[in-house]
Parts: sequence; C-alpha cells; structure tokens
Amino acid sequence: MRDVAVVASMQRQEPSIDNESEVEYMVPLMHGVKESIGITQADVGFTCSGSSDFIAGQAFSFVMTVDGTNPVPPISESHVEMDGAWALYEAWVKMQMGEIDIALVYGYSKSSGGSLRDVLATQMDPYYVAPLWPDAFAIEALAARQLIESGRVSLEQLAEIASRSRDHAASNPHAIRTAQKSVADIMAEAPIMDPLRPSDIPASADGGCVLILAAGDRAKDLCDRPAWIRGIDHRTDAHTLGVRDLTRSMSAKIAGQKAGVGNDKVDFAELYAPFTTSEFLLTDALGLGEDTVINPSGGTLGAHTMMASGLIRIAEAAQRITNGDGDRAVATAGSGPNLQQNLVCVLEGE
Amino acid sequence: MSDTANDDVLRAPLRLEYPFIRTTGAVVGGFLTGLREGVVLGAKRADGTVLCPPLEYDPITSDPLTELVEVGQAGTVTTWTWNGEPRPQQPFAQPFAWAMITLDGADTPMLHGVFVDGPDAMSTGMRVSVQWRDEREGHIADIAGFVPEESA
Amino acid sequence: MSGYQQDPKIKPTALSGEVTMPAAIGAVEQVQSVRTPIAIDYIATPGASLSAYLRGMKQKKILGDKCPVSGQVFVPPRGVSPVSGQRTTEMVEVSDQGYVESFNVTRLPIKSRPDLNPPYVSAWVVPDGANVGSISLVAGIAPEDVRIGLRVRAVWKPDDELEESAANILHWEPTGEPDFVLDDLRIIGKPGGQQ
Repeated sequence: MRDVAVVASMQRQEPSIDNESEVEYMVPLMHGVKESIGITQADVGFTCSGSSDFIAGQAFSFVMTVDGTNPVPPISESHVEMDGAWALYEAWVKMQMGEIDIALVYGYSKSSGGSLRDVLATQMDPYYVAPLWPDAFAIEALAARQLIESGRVSLEQLAEIASRSRDHAASNPHAIRTAQKSVADIMAEAPIMDPLRPSDIPASADGGCVLILAAGDRAKDLCDRPAWIRGIDHRTDAHTLGVRDLTRSMSAKIAGQKAGVGNDKVDFAELYAPFTTSEFLLTDALGLGEDTVINPSGGTLGAHTMMASGLIRIAEAAQRITNGDGDRAVATAGSGPNLQQNLVCVLEGE
Repeated sequence: MSDTANDDVLRAPLRLEYPFIRTTGAVVGGFLTGLREGVVLGAKRADGTVLCPPLEYDPITSDPLTELVEVGQAGTVTTWTWNGEPRPQQPFAQPFAWAMITLDGADTPMLHGVFVDGPDAMSTGMRVSVQWRDEREGHIADIAGFVPEESA
Repeated sequence: MSGYQQDPKIKPTALSGEVTMPAAIGAVEQVQSVRTPIAIDYIATPGASLSAYLRGMKQKKILGDKCPVSGQVFVPPRGVSPVSGQRTTEMVEVSDQGYVESFNVTRLPIKSRPDLNPPYVSAWVVPDGANVGSISLVAGIAPEDVRIGLRVRAVWKPDDELEESAANILHWEPTGEPDFVLDDLRIIGKPGGQQ
C-alpha cells in the first residue's frame, strides 16, 4: 500500500448560508486550503467531490462548483453522488495506482433550502417505501425502538451520548448545536419522533469541507505531521429494511475489520453518527472501548452538513493527529437509510 | 457594484418534479397486481421463508425469486414510531404510526402506516390487519393502512 | 459467443425464469407499471452575485462578474471566474446590445413553453462588454434571416412589469447596424465588440 496522508483541510458549517451560493462559499475554502500549504491547482493531480442534486434542487448541480476548482486548462476531475468521504476514497485509489501525488477532495451541501428529512425519503425503495414518504427521522426511530427494546441500549445511555456530544461541540468553532445540556434535561425532552428526542437527532447545517491528500515524501514536505491513512474500506448493507438487523451495523463491522481498526489502540474516533443510536451502533460494530474518546468535535450531533459530514469526520481526526493530540484515530462516513453504507478510515501520526 | 452589500436575500419558491411512471418487472408487478386484487403476495426463498414485499433477487443469497405466494392480511408489529402531523406528501390524512409489520405467513417485515388514536395505543408485538382502499390500481397505497386486529 | 461480447437477443438466464402467481388470483391483467411522482419544494436562494444580477435586471441593467486575474466579464455572474477559479469581487454593467454568436431555429413546439410559437430562434447572444454569451430568444426578424454576427438589442418588459428576473428581457431584436464580423472564431471568449 502506498503511503497517503491528509495534509490539510478546511471546513465551514452554519445553520443556514442564505447569502452565498454553494460555489461562492466553497471557493474560499478551496483556495484557503491550497494556500495553507503553499500549492496551487497546478500541483493537484486529481480533484474529486461529493454532493447531491436532490439536496441542491438542481440536476448536475456539481458542475456549478467545478468552476471554483480552476478547470482552465482542463483538470482531471470526478464526482460522486455520495458524501465527500467516498470522493476521498476514489482519490486514494487513484493515488494507490501511483498516477498522482496530490489530490483535492471536497463535499458540500446547502440543505436549508428544502426539508432535508423529507428529501431523504426519495432514497428509499421507489416501489414499496418512497411513495409513502417516510421521513429520515421516522426511519431512524423505527430502528431506535428495536435497539432500545432489545435491551442493548437505554434512553439514558442515548442521552449520555447526546450530552457528551454537546460538551464536545461547545469547544468546536464549527459546531452549531453548542448549548450544553445535562442527561436529566435530555431525558425530559418531549420526543420529536418517538423514541427520538430533539437531542438525539443531527444538527442540520449548510456548508462544506475541502481536504488535501498527498503521497509519500510530498506529504512530508507539505505537513510537519501528516495523518497517514493506514486502512480504509467501505461496505454496504442490503437496501431493503426488512432483511436487515437494524440493531447492528454489519457493514461498519466488516469495514472496520478490513481497515484494521482493532490492530492497535484507538486514541479517538470521529464517527458519522447522525443520531445517538447510530453512534451506539458504530462504537459497538468497531469494538471501540472506554479508552477511546468518541467524537471530540461533537460529531454530527454538533453540526451535520449532509454530503460533507463524513469527510469532515476524516478532516477532524486528521487535524487532531497533525496537532499532536493523539497518534491513532478512526474516522467513519455513512450514507443511506439507517447507515446502509459505512466507510471506515484509520489514521496515524508518526 | 456597491449595492452587493444588500443584506436582503432574494428567495423564490422552486419545485423539482420527477413525474415518472416506472416499469415494474414481473415480481414487483406481481405484488402490485395482488394489491389491486386485494391480496398480499410474498416471494418464496430457497430456504422456504417468504420475503414480503417480494424482491426479484434474494438479498442474502442473490438467488432469483420467481414463486409468489399469498400471505396473510394480518400480522405483528416489530417496531413503530408516531407520526404526529402527516408530512406534505404522505398518503395519510390523519396522525398515524409508522410500523414494520410481519404479515402472517411472511418472514420479513414491511413498512406501512397504522391508524390508532395515539402513541399510547401502539406497542411492539401488537396485531394489526390490512385496511384496503376502495379504489385500487396496483400501488403500495392500495393498502390504506393497517388497523388493530380487533377493530378490523 | 466468445470473449466479453454477449448476443443482445439472448436474455440473461437468471432473469428469464417465469414468475408464478398463486392460482387464487386467476387470469387477471398484470400490473406492468406504477406511477411514482416525486415533487420536492425548495426555497431557492441565488447567492450574492446572482442576487445582484437579478436586482440589476429590475433596473434594466445587465451585470456581469469581472475576473480579478484575466479581466474577462461573465454574464450571468456566478460569483467565481471559471478561468481563474477565483472568487469575483467586482461587478460591471454590460450593454443591452450585442451580437449573435450562434443560433438555432426551433420548428417543433415545447410542452413547457406554450408561449413560444415555432418557428422561433434561440441564440447565444454576447452583450457588448461581456466575454461570454447566454441563451436568449431573437425575434423581430424572419428565422431565415438570422445569422452569426447579427447585431441585436434587448427588448425589455414594460417598466411596471419589471421584476428580479432574467425574464425581463423578452427577446433580442436586430439593431440594423452592420454585422459584427467573426471572421476568426478564436474571437469567441474575447470581449464582445473588441476585436
């Protein structure tokens, strides 16, 4: 495996970005991250992005943002209709082939223009489920009740996850749900979609993230302490809800094994866990224990920019390694109803 | 331009429509034919269990599934949540419960709405039965929803 | 068949199995399609640059973004220069006169635009002062007389009907000036009227 590292990243998340278009707010991030390590687009061998037309309300919406990558003369570029973490995976594979040394990856969405929880109903089975328009909270609530009634997690444990995420988010300048709240206060919240309470659901944001990958010596040139990708894998569960065990994440478990999560201690984990229940499933599937700090950024409960949140998890974990806050981290990205797809990335400092 | 500093944001309603008619194939079409005729069908799998609603391929073994069999019109709730205000596009007029329901004779649950007065009337394991729409065309909403078995 | 080629007339075997229905259903017509309409409502916000452009349209002004590196002017503006990748900071007003860079004649009706009566002309119109054009209607001239280089001017809606909309320009019509000579197609992308 060729050594590839995250060497720089930049993000922006706000409750709603009304006064700028996607390309208008992404361009400063694209330029900012390149300037932070002294490179230009001419140094970038591959550019890859993740976004969603159903969130943007526009077909082929990603082409608008490509203008910000400086595609004159034409650049090597690709796009995935997935979280930017899958764009990172595509770039990582291209770097494994040895073709390029530097890749620019980004993911973004401005979901405040629509009702995200309803838009996400369109990802369900188009014959049997989508025509009934179950929103994203309802689909998660069905899994949450099974999980709670299985006895594997309690409402109080979920409240602890929510409370701790708020504590962590309070020190993250990019988080938007930063008001701290005790477990007792969360237990007293009225359900928004029984049994899920307002603190159990993601803090939906507009924004995006831009990240730069570099290989081998280029990474060492560009960053004092690169966050090396030591393992990365993604898996999908079946789409049909009725054939899945919604109280376990098989896709995260296998991706975690393939990425080598359990090969050594994990100092901290940034998990793409839109709901408190998702965090429980992921820590369980990845076998993360008490010695691992979970979501030091506050996670997606602190700020959730759809299509960028997974990439932001990788960026947050990498930044902490670069800062010297730890030596080994796990970051995950997810997609689909009840975390149908999971990507697991293991990052290490030297 | 100096007036770009204007803080008033322009906003306009935008409706994105995909007015599609999808072809079904024989398995999904068979299930929807059943709904139109007032019966619920599942697909028999190699191990004898029944997948309902049916898929063309077994998600576990990828075997093609070609034998559609009738399942019951009553079943058991395996999980549920309460949908207080119906959301704009949902084919339900009043507050209802979402539930995963395993019909008698089937081995996998399906998603649909359950009509009860409130969340206190819902529980995992409760028995519910199909309430058919009077006019049916071969659509998942030919099932208007489910109601507690005793009130069917 | 050898290699990776498959005879398109042969159905893949896994899909060719007959699906059997329970006998109880009887010989009824099979459902073969299902309506699955999706409609999603959004509140669109155009961003800073396009907002300024739309406000300009209400004043019968056409505004473009100026590239901070190359000086090229892009209409409609998107807040970024596609040639330099830089965020634009300066907006400039371009003329409501320009030339036809290319065009086509539509002879079939379009369902979503019942107001357009074929044959009509869709043209790529480059306003004077802009480096790129945008799709526009050209009217007030027989379709067979429209040509590349034709000088045109914007025909605006009546003042009391002006909104923050690009639809304020109903169409473009000939000015009667001599044609703009595009004897070298490399002119495309250079400022209109500045050969």
